[in-house]
Amino acid sequence: MQRAGFSVAAHEARLSEAVLIPARPGNLGLARHDLVEAVRHWRLIVLLAWQDVRQRYRRSMLGPLWLTVSVAVQIGSLGLVYGELFHLDLKVYLPHLAVGLTVWAMFSNTINDGCLCFIAAESFLKQVALPKGIFPARVVLRSLITFAHDIVVLVIVLAIYSPPPVLGVLLSLLGIAIFAFNGLWIGLLFGMASARFRDLPPIVSSVMQVAFFLTPVIWLPSAIQGRLATLLALNPFACFLSIVRDPLFGEAPTMLSWSIVILVTILGWGLALTMFARFRGRVTYWL
Amino acid sequence: MTSIELNNVDIDFPIYDARTRSLKHRVLGLGPLGPQRVGPAGHHRVLVHALRGITMSVRNGDRLGLVGRNGAGKTTLLRVMTGIYEPAVGSIQVNGRVASLTNITMGMDMEGTGYENIVIRGLMLGLTRRQSMDRIEDIENFTELGEYLNLPLRTYSAGMLVRLAFAISTSINPEILIMDEMIGAGDKAFAEKATARLQKMMASANILVVASHASETLRQLCNKAALLRQGQLIAMGPVEEILQRYESEN
Repeated sequence: MQRAGFSVAAHEARLSEAVLIPARPGNLGLARHDLVEAVRHWRLIVLLAWQDVRQRYRRSMLGPLWLTVSVAVQIGSLGLVYGELFHLDLKVYLPHLAVGLTVWAMFSNTINDGCLCFIAAESFLKQVALPKGIFPARVVLRSLITFAHDIVVLVIVLAIYSPPPVLGVLLSLLGIAIFAFNGLWIGLLFGMASARFRDLPPIVSSVMQVAFFLTPVIWLPSAIQGRLATLLALNPFACFLSIVRDPLFGEAPTMLSWSIVILVTILGWGLALTMFARFRGRVTYWL
Repeated sequence: MTSIELNNVDIDFPIYDARTRSLKHRVLGLGPLGPQRVGPAGHHRVLVHALRGITMSVRNGDRLGLVGRNGAGKTTLLRVMTGIYEPAVGSIQVNGRVASLTNITMGMDMEGTGYENIVIRGLMLGLTRRQSMDRIEDIENFTELGEYLNLPLRTYSAGMLVRLAFAISTSINPEILIMDEMIGAGDKAFAEKATARLQKMMASANILVVASHASETLRQLCNKAALLRQGQLIAMGPVEEILQRYESEN
């Protein structure tokens, strides 16, 4: 057990640093150390995430297939109803909807579950000194695995209606990676805040519901014009969705989308790291 | 050199009620427009002083028993030594690999097979995948679970589960071993085997810290003891001396 949650180096370094700077809040060194240790525990992160997904399989007869089938049914029925309602060409609308819904599901899973990342890990955190960074990463990975189940549906829909360019697929994957990177700070920040303020997770989930309607998931951006369209384009969720979705349809995301995504990434990580440095050691007290 | 040094450690637990747990109350209560009947929210935190000014040093070879009544701070002190609670005041320095045998079934996946759990628990205890794999044979022999190790844990009886959890938890060799009460497992025949295994593990650790209410256990295991009362370290010294003092006070 050379490399451990409370491994030699980890424990020694962590705690002896605490000796040098006793009980001083805002220790960025300890926060960084925690995250580095979390990366070293990648195997554990993978196992925990898989364990979560497997638990979901168990609740259904169809197992892994269930996740895929349910999303297919959702896309199919929404596509038919709204396509008819908005008088849209299914060839355009269905691929748009399929990508939108599945990517949105990943966004909202990551954010909602990110709030619970520490609360749900109470039994671990109170028993072992594992790096705290493990738990947001577990949530992000879990959402990615769930999303991977939906890819089957995406491939079918896209193959039928609008085969994407190869470069587009690669760009889209880059977009997903950028979102996942953001998911980590979201879990870190909102996970801590939710451990302290227990009414935060329901607040966040309400906000996500509103955001769903403000983001072009079930409607096409082209359907809205003028000032409202400019305003809606500033919605960070729309920007993140755009960098994943647009390349699949051979379109380049706007400069505005990229700028907002980069801004959110930098500001988010900055804020999360500051708060993590300040409150990392308090999380176990809040559970 | 394996050691644990605590210097003037205070641990306070904030106690939150529904109101101080609420972001809504916090935000509304602070603003000038907040509903006044709610009163100022958030700033009247109730603190429980779990540990107060603990200074102690545990050295290589020490077998330290923690005694004290319920609520004296024994478990909290063990958790501080494990690195779970970071002190808000004071400092702690731990030199050596720590393992804590408090909840041996922690992190076991009921859907996973016995073998899968050996690996996942190993990773949690700080082993690499390779090291966890290396321990499989030892665990197979000890648990005598045979083919059951290929089945998910939910098919296990309570006794089998404890046997597996115990075997995994005791398959490591920490330099510092921390225990909250003695752990045991299974029926009579198995209990003897378990005790022998645990003793071997304890013997190989450089430092043992165990909290227990059983004086006899502590006399057998420990050479030192520390008496805690209401979060304060009252006395620390040879086990017999401290136990007599503790027993005379009760």
